Amino acid sequence: MGIDRRNFFKVLGVTGATLALGKEVAAAEQEEEVNDAYGILYDVFMCGGCQTCEFTCAELHNLPAPEDVPEIGISRKTNDQRRTVVNAYDTSGGEVAVKRQCMHCLEPACVSACLTQAMYKTKEGPVIWREEKCMGCRYCMVSCPFDMPKFEYNSPNPKIIKCDMCYDRIKEGKEPACVEICPAGALVFGKRSELIKEARKRIMEMPEWYTDHIYGELEAGGTGFMYNAPVPFSEMDFNTKLQKRSYPELTKGFLYSVPTIFILWPTILLGIHEATKNKNNNQNKIQDDHA
Amino acid sequence: MREASSYTLSKDRTKESTWKFLLQELKPKGKLLTPFNIISIPVILLGAVIIAIRFWKGIGAVTNLSQEVPWGLWIGFDVVTGVAFAGGAYVITFMVYILNMRKYKSIVRVTVLNGFLAYVFYAGALLLDLGRPWNVVNPIIGNNFGTSSVLFLVAWHFLLYMVAQLIEFSPAIAEWLGAKRARKLLSGMTIAAVIFGITLSTLHQSGLGALYLMAKDKIFPLWYSEFIPILFFVSSIFAGLSMVIFEGSISHKVFGDQISEKNKGQHHSILHGLSKICAGTMLAYFFLQVIVFVHGQHWNLINTPLGYWYLTEMIGFVLLPLILFVISYRKRNILLIKIASIITILGIIINRLNVTVIGFRWDAANQYYPSWMEIVVTLAIIFTEIWVFRWVIRRMPVLRESAFSLTK
Ligand code: SF4
Ligand code: SF4
Repeated sequence: MGIDRRNFFKVLGVTGATLALGKEVAAAEQEEEVNDAYGILYDVFMCGGCQTCEFTCAELHNLPAPEDVPEIGISRKTNDQRRTVVNAYDTSGGEVAVKRQCMHCLEPACVSACLTQAMYKTKEGPVIWREEKCMGCRYCMVSCPFDMPKFEYNSPNPKIIKCDMCYDRIKEGKEPACVEICPAGALVFGKRSELIKEARKRIMEMPEWYTDHIYGELEAGGTGFMYNAPVPFSEMDFNTKLQKRSYPELTKGFLYSVPTIFILWPTILLGIHEATKNKNNNQNKIQDDHA
Repeated sequence: MREASSYTLSKDRTKESTWKFLLQELKPKGKLLTPFNIISIPVILLGAVIIAIRFWKGIGAVTNLSQEVPWGLWIGFDVVTGVAFAGGAYVITFMVYILNMRKYKSIVRVTVLNGFLAYVFYAGALLLDLGRPWNVVNPIIGNNFGTSSVLFLVAWHFLLYMVAQLIEFSPAIAEWLGAKRARKLLSGMTIAAVIFGITLSTLHQSGLGALYLMAKDKIFPLWYSEFIPILFFVSSIFAGLSMVIFEGSISHKVFGDQISEKNKGQHHSILHGLSKICAGTMLAYFFLQVIVFVHGQHWNLINTPLGYWYLTEMIGFVLLPLILFVISYRKRNILLIKIASIITILGIIINRLNVTVIGFRWDAANQYYPSWMEIVVTLAIIFTEIWVFRWVIRRMPVLRESAFSLTK
């Protein structure tokens, strides 16, 4: 990469400190800010592609440790054995590494798809999956625009596997494991509004290092996991054509029409039924008269 | 007309004789070694084995489903396509009970029976596809209502509609059992069940399309639009009626002994009527598709392999049968009606598979093709349904005139 990373980290150390401070303030105001949930800001520019997050995640969730490494030209995907992956891309700004996982959408398609509320958006921010409710229909997988829920196809008691932002740790007041472990400091955990401020600041202060786009700020109606990057996201296999409206909105029109039809239809049908019945009776009568 | 005598109308059966009667009815009637049986029995047995493996080793052991393509043939064909074909029941009940078109009365029962069995078996296929079917009660018993889910709506409607159809069909069962009073009671509920059933059908036929609304970026743009629900609903009308025409022609051959001469004579007039409705709704559907296409502005996609496939569907399997229906109606040509209905049926299969399987994740690195085991299970389900259908037809007054209305 053509940019001096070490120098850059110094700059970032300062901003990181501001952010940590901000977090404390935010924690104090937690009660008032119910709407502002937690999220994660991930910086492609800072990530060295060391896979430490992958290993930690696998260990924490009793999944096999990854055996392959990020490689240009190979798109590694999350699956029922791994909740997060790091991929390498050759971009206009040189080689970059990109971590992928569930985006923890603000209005998740998977949650609105789930008919058992197994997929659940917690008030803290993470989108979690609840085993005892799920019936394994995989409609969440069909609906997720990021293709993130994965399914254990080879189990008679299959689970949906995806990142849950370490919800259990968050409840204990800890950061998600990947954030805590990342040696490059590429991951920051905090209130989403603070994260956006931080991301904007990076773009403003270092425009030569950052492309002017926070992936996840608006995509799919906004996501809890957001990205800063040195190059356009289209160069790193991100779908940049995703709609900015939330995905559940796509089915709202249909769902809203249901109650109307439920009232209107029977009334109309009954009306027609009565009308045609009378007509037929009249006809019968006329026929009888003629007979 | 051997059955007419088995309906003891004068008195309701005693409990004991009912049991004897049921036992006796369970025995197969007719020859065992028909070509259909010889083909279907091994397929059903094989299907049962595959289903056992599926529950033992997981869905991946028998299907080609992947993380990118979580729904395949079992949903796309069995459920989505099967339910479209079952649409005949709500259309015919609408015509007979709501519009009072008496002419079609003689095909109501067989259509409702077909619809009911289709729901039981094809919607039942949904259970095979559930990874954790033991939790299927969750959205039903009410501890976890995912009310924002289209699938929640569809699942509930399946369930309720099956009940509605069972009520619509129940007089035939009561007649079979010779339960006079029950029949009277059940017949009284028909209109309510019909109205409820049509409402449910409108919603879940379109709901099946709405299921795919959130898969906006995953379906080939020529098959995705916000109008999928409407397209699915309108096409379910002629899909169902074409199935009625097709099945009717087969039933008239296979179960000819059950059908009275009067109804046989009327059958042609019924077919003409149905072909007219098919033509009308297909015309509306075709225009809708044209509007959706123009609205979608995907001209550039036409010149791709899937684009040609799209054109084939629209011209060969919508426009062509539409024209055939119109001609057959003008010329009063029964054969043409049957040909048109078969092309329409193929067209519906193609359309539903285009949305749910072929166009779904058309860009995925690993394309999905159903495994032979998925296909065998699908065939086994269809064959089992035909077995049950045949069993009922041979016993209950479905095709033949009801003994009750004769005595009236
Ligand atoms: S990325 Fe997918 S799985 Fe994650 S919250 Fe959004 S819709 Fe759900
Ligand atoms: S697979 Fe489970 S979590 Fe996903 S939509 Fe179905 S019930 Fe919900």
